[in-house]
Amino acid sequence: MTELVMHPGLVLLVGALVLPLTAGHGRSLLQLALPLLSLWWVWQLPDGMVWQLHYLDYQLTPLQVDALSRLFATIFSLAAFAGGLFALQQSSRLEITAAYVYAGAAVSVVLAGDLITVFVFWEIMALASTLVLWSTTTAASGRSAHRYLIVHLFGGVLLLAGIAGQVQQTGDLAFTAMRADSVATWLILAGFLLNAGAPPLSAWLPDAYPEASWSGTVFLSAFTTKTAVYTLIRGFPGEPLLIWIGLFMVFYGIVFALLENDMRRILAYSIVNQVGFMVAGIGIGTELALNGAAAHAFTHIIYKALLLMSAGAALMQTGRSKCSELGGLFHSMPLTTLCASIGALASSSFPLTSGFISKSMISQSAADEHLLWVWLLMTAASAGVFLHAGITFPWFVFFQKDSGLRPSEPPWSMRWAMILLSALCIGLGLWPDWLYQHLPYTVSYEPYTGPHVVAQLQLLLFSGLAFFVFLPYLKRTLTITLDTDWFWRRGLPMLTQCGLVLGSQVTALLTAIGTHLRDAMRAGITQHLGDTGTQAKTWSLAAMGLVVMVMLIVQLLILLL
Amino acid sequence: MKQDTHWLDHPRHHKILWAGFIAALALTLVLEYVWPIHAHFGIDAVFGFNAGYGFVVCAAMIAFAKLLGWWLKRPDTYYEDGELHD
Repeated sequence: MTELVMHPGLVLLVGALVLPLTAGHGRSLLQLALPLLSLWWVWQLPDGMVWQLHYLDYQLTPLQVDALSRLFATIFSLAAFAGGLFALQQSSRLEITAAYVYAGAAVSVVLAGDLITVFVFWEIMALASTLVLWSTTTAASGRSAHRYLIVHLFGGVLLLAGIAGQVQQTGDLAFTAMRADSVATWLILAGFLLNAGAPPLSAWLPDAYPEASWSGTVFLSAFTTKTAVYTLIRGFPGEPLLIWIGLFMVFYGIVFALLENDMRRILAYSIVNQVGFMVAGIGIGTELALNGAAAHAFTHIIYKALLLMSAGAALMQTGRSKCSELGGLFHSMPLTTLCASIGALASSSFPLTSGFISKSMISQSAADEHLLWVWLLMTAASAGVFLHAGITFPWFVFFQKDSGLRPSEPPWSMRWAMILLSALCIGLGLWPDWLYQHLPYTVSYEPYTGPHVVAQLQLLLFSGLAFFVFLPYLKRTLTITLDTDWFWRRGLPMLTQCGLVLGSQVTALLTAIGTHLRDAMRAGITQHLGDTGTQAKTWSLAAMGLVVMVMLIVQLLILLL
Repeated sequence: MKQDTHWLDHPRHHKILWAGFIAALALTLVLEYVWPIHAHFGIDAVFGFNAGYGFVVCAAMIAFAKLLGWWLKRPDTYYEDGELHD
């Protein structure tokens, strides 16, 4: 007997389109019910290829389930639920609809068994996330959304070209592990990496995410980069290059976050940093490393959403997002401060929080493989995470000097969303087996050993010491830091400007040469053919008669001879 | 006003917090005697490696960020001044 099976991604996606037609409590209820329905369906799906269909000559598998896809579909549905709860007070109907289409497409990507389905939902994600940005009607967010869309459409072109090449070469559409050994697979890898926030186009992320609304950023943080992490785990496990790309992202995120003033941009750089850990883990490619990358994506979505919710709450209540204008909010927002601190501790992998049980698997896999430099850099980066996100964000927003602002706590729906995610951060930290039993490979890793906890506490607390010792050097300034988006925001316009100037100079030069040539030709013609020119001047009648006579004589001679 | 009476606002309590923090730092070092770190490479077997390494790399990252900041920091109206408008 075939049981009725629903596609969890489509539940969210189609349900999202119904949302704008509802109002009041009905809308709130639907907003909360849709992600839960999607989550429920994720857990009803059996393993294997659930849906298959023929399109043209191809066998498509829009619904295929295994432990990895179930894990990601679960966390995406959960993130949509937490985001939906947090956004209950959001007045923009476009934002929540776009966000659910975006979430539904992300769930659909991780449940896709073939490359064409991946691509279709990948592009829906790009469009829907652009709409999430667009729904904030400021001029800055509009321009940022333009840039975001261009970068992602470019990524889509890379991916599509790669998929076309791959299908042409192998004749196989199935989305399985590949090696970056042909132009086609390189293009696919580049398309995936672009969405992960990898260099050189990484600046799309910190450029766009902080421009969304107080609730929009929460959605944006969850799906695009983590879908990319999923596709990398599925498509390129053990690709050595990913180790170094990941490590670059890790340090790029830390250093730029240290320089940043906007609280949500700090957290955006922190996303790149955390995704870097996952990408490096995928590059290591052992079962422990891949489990670590998947587990870290799961915990990261939760604590990053929590951090962005607390930032969103601060933004909503104060209207400010610059650290230099914030501070001392713990006086009047104790619950938000507590939730932000829990998120910050989880993000720093503090023992008893979710980050500790996931990130340590990646570091352990580097140690197990005897990758000394990778391990040293990852350990340094773990210290750096506490420095740039773990302390910096809560310190500058909620503590430091008192800004005198005394905003009240956000509405209850937002508080409940933060409480839910805080509970998950601590729950997963206390009972790691909840997560471990659902990872793609069997886990034999034990995070809570005395030596491991001591080592981690030493690393983090002494990083904290460094923060407070060097605090004067970390003062926030009213600045931005140029990133690679400079090349398309300033570089390209400047190049165009240079091109225009150069063009006009060349035109002027060519015009001058043309004028000169024309004048010279005119002078020559005038000299030879003008009134006084040798060939056009008026001859006397006698001379002309003489010439004609000579010509006639010559002709007569020719005829006679 | 109530807002100025929070115990965290008193400098005296800051000293207590610092003392507690330093005690926690010391405790992590003491605990290494109880649970010696499992070394994987040799360098991590040095006593207090994680503590020293954590502090030094954070200082290095702050210094590097500072240097990069001199080169790449701009006023936060940088893009607003010359952005191509629609």
